[in-house]
Amino acid sequence: MKVERLPKTHISVEKLNVFYEGHHVLKDITLEIPEKQITVIIGPSGCGKTTLLKCLDRLIDLVDGVEVTGRVLFDGVDVLDKQVDVLNIRKRMGLIAQTPNPLPMSIYDNVAYGPRIHGTNNRRELDQIVERCLQVASIWNEVRNRLDEPASKLSAGQQQRLCLARALAVRPEVLLCDEPTSALDPISAGHIERQLFALKQDYTIVFVTHTLRQARRLADYVVFLYLGQLVEHGPTETMFTQPNDPRTKAYIEGAFG
Amino acid sequence: MLIVLGSLVSVLVVVLFRGAPALSVSMLTQTSTGGYYLGKEGGILNAIVGSAYLVSGATAIAVTISLPTALYLNEYASRSKLAGFARQSLDVLWSVPSIIYGVFGFTIMVYLGIGASLLGGIMALALLELPIMIRAMDEVMRMIPLKLRESSYALGATKFETALNVTARQALPGITMGVLLAVGRAIGDAASILFTAGYTDSIPRSLFGPVASLPLAVFFQLGTPFPEVQQRAYASGFILLVIVLSLSIASRLLTRRATSYVIK
Repeated sequence: MKVERLPKTHISVEKLNVFYEGHHVLKDITLEIPEKQITVIIGPSGCGKTTLLKCLDRLIDLVDGVEVTGRVLFDGVDVLDKQVDVLNIRKRMGLIAQTPNPLPMSIYDNVAYGPRIHGTNNRRELDQIVERCLQVASIWNEVRNRLDEPASKLSAGQQQRLCLARALAVRPEVLLCDEPTSALDPISAGHIERQLFALKQDYTIVFVTHTLRQARRLADYVVFLYLGQLVEHGPTETMFTQPNDPRTKAYIEGAFG
Repeated sequence: MLIVLGSLVSVLVVVLFRGAPALSVSMLTQTSTGGYYLGKEGGILNAIVGSAYLVSGATAIAVTISLPTALYLNEYASRSKLAGFARQSLDVLWSVPSIIYGVFGFTIMVYLGIGASLLGGIMALALLELPIMIRAMDEVMRMIPLKLRESSYALGATKFETALNVTARQALPGITMGVLLAVGRAIGDAASILFTAGYTDSIPRSLFGPVASLPLAVFFQLGTPFPEVQQRAYASGFILLVIVLSLSIASRLLTRRATSYVIK
């Protein structure tokens, strides 16, 4: 007999509110993100998907004029607590941004940057990390002979895979993906998608997209945000076939987007 | 574009045309002697070396202060009131006439009991260079998109690590440009070193002795009533122009490799 184990909650968001210059951007979000699953956040542009993502790893701190209330528990620790070690939280949550943003250095240094700032300076150790991460991001064969070249010389699709390798190099537990394929051609987008799908064995993945088909392909859980509110969330099949809320139904049927 | 290029070329042509008869190797290899300003033998090696000492000293000091300041303004205090105030003050300082820096430097030197010297000249020129460098670097750093720095922060980097590894590298072409702007202004500036550095016919051997400089060499030679000495002033001016141009080209070549890593 096959026993389905319920996945453990990895991150739980409790009554999260975000105000930005007087606007109420996220309203009372309460949500549980399961471990080693892909949770996809969908919703029309400007509904607060990226803001929600930025609250998880506190990159929201870089935005001026933002007020955040509520709790984000990551393995039981409140990420939003001012006392928390933000650098450690960010190390444990990798980020793949919407547009590929390699750092102004060589391909090798892009991947080695993270481990270096966290104290790995042994060249052989770094070589291993760089090779392993580039392999996992399936770009190793394309760049193995040109590791010293500027990362800016790679194509957009390669750059995004490099960014994935860079994120993996600091051994995170969570991968936050902010529409990582939206700026890529379909073939590169497919690459990234397949890699993320394979990576969910080891990583908790939170994936923001406004492409419903992509959500359906990737997601174990779907979260629907609309105008800063969490409308509905649940397992992918339920969300796509029997949504409870009329707004979810309308969005999934393409009535607005 | 044509006007800009045209004015550069016409300045070069006029200076070269009027100075050409006086250009000679001895001008570059000999120092001035007493009779030089009356039209006798000699050169302006003392002024070339003097200017090199003055500007390299001042630039070393100014870069050491400017780079951390510009990084601080961007990475730590980007939109704070203090940063706004600092930027405004620097803009005012940028437009302060250089004679004011000279007089200010001179006042301080009198207070400290130092005479016109290499050290005094370096200090005055460093003051002149600082606002130019800081603001030029700052403007370039401000144009770096937040996304780029975000990708460093997202890996758990501190502000210091991000400033050093991402902001400074990405801004490298702008940093070079800022340094060049400041060097260009300092090497050609006569007023700020008139009182602070003095002038001498020999090559300086001490930080506390007076030092010659190219702009003052041009100034003094032009001030004589002798046509052949005035001609030498134009020749000296031409040498000054060539130095500035070659610095600009050399710095571009030297930073080319590092600049290739910049994300467009």
